[in-house]
Amino acid sequence: MSWAAIWIMVAGAFGFKAFGVLGLSRFTDGAGRSFQAITALIPASLFTALIVVQTVVADEKLVLDARAWGVGAGIVAVWRRAPFTAVVVVAMAVTAFVRWQTLV
Amino acid sequence: MSEHRREGLVLSIAVGIVAMTFGVLADAAGLSLPQIMVMSAFLFTGASQFAAVSVIDGGGSSYAAVGSAMLLAARNALYGPVVSRLFRGSALRRGLSAHFVIDETTAMASIQGDDETAADAFWWTALWLWSLWNLGSVGGALLGSVIGEPEAFGLDAAFPAAFIALLVPHLGARPGRVAALAGGVLAIAAVPISPAGVPLLIAAFGVVPGWLFGRREEAEATS
Repeated sequence: MSWAAIWIMVAGAFGFKAFGVLGLSRFTDGAGRSFQAITALIPASLFTALIVVQTVVADEKLVLDARAWGVGAGIVAVWRRAPFTAVVVVAMAVTAFVRWQTLV
Repeated sequence: MSEHRREGLVLSIAVGIVAMTFGVLADAAGLSLPQIMVMSAFLFTGASQFAAVSVIDGGGSSYAAVGSAMLLAARNALYGPVVSRLFRGSALRRGLSAHFVIDETTAMASIQGDDETAADAFWWTALWLWSLWNLGSVGGALLGSVIGEPEAFGLDAAFPAAFIALLVPHLGARPGRVAALAGGVLAIAAVPISPAGVPLLIAAFGVVPGWLFGRREEAEATS
């Protein structure tokens, strides 16, 4: 990869982040309660989408594989109020186990 | 160590191991060690870094790599309004803080009860994560294939599972639940018809039904 491409990416990624903090937020902070209510909902929508994409997408296609089992186990762990570390470890262990089973 | 700092550390350790796989992949795609270090230190947004080196590894051009990386970096702009109130001081200082506004730091900050704890969670997660992300990248690049297949340990489930735990506090009231459901449905619908990164931007429109629900509930409460 060329150095030029790397520096363009660095500048672009920082541009998005800085636009969010300095530009978008001025818009939402100044615009009263409706915009604040919308801002408060951004994590709910985006994190759900992030979970979905990281769980059932591979190579830009929908795929059900071992990750779905692991994340499913993670959901159960969260529901059973397991500590944060346990949630992560359970999800990894179940994914690894299902993957190993399907290989055998 | 307080709970939010410890959770930030646990998340960062998992992501730091993921960074090793980035280092391995980037090395295999022909990037030099300085290039890998600059990407992890200054690009510092994992999904974009993986997308860029995947394009290169698949024989794509540098500029195709930039395009993919930017689609995945765009969502960080949407996190700005969520965390900007935690940044004080001059525009320059707040602008530099923006470098650390990514999925993990926003998530850790957004589930805290008050702004002071949220800022603490944000900066401790940023510190752990930036350190371990860079350390992991360099380690992966140097050790290369010694590491083996991280998928064998189920590492790819660590991030989504951690985010389940970080999502739950946002589901306490109905507007949050509606926004989450809409975001998930929009993302799934968008995956087959858009390049990586875009489904997350489309999912952001999930806040609209959530907001409308909240407004209706408020109207009913006051009438």
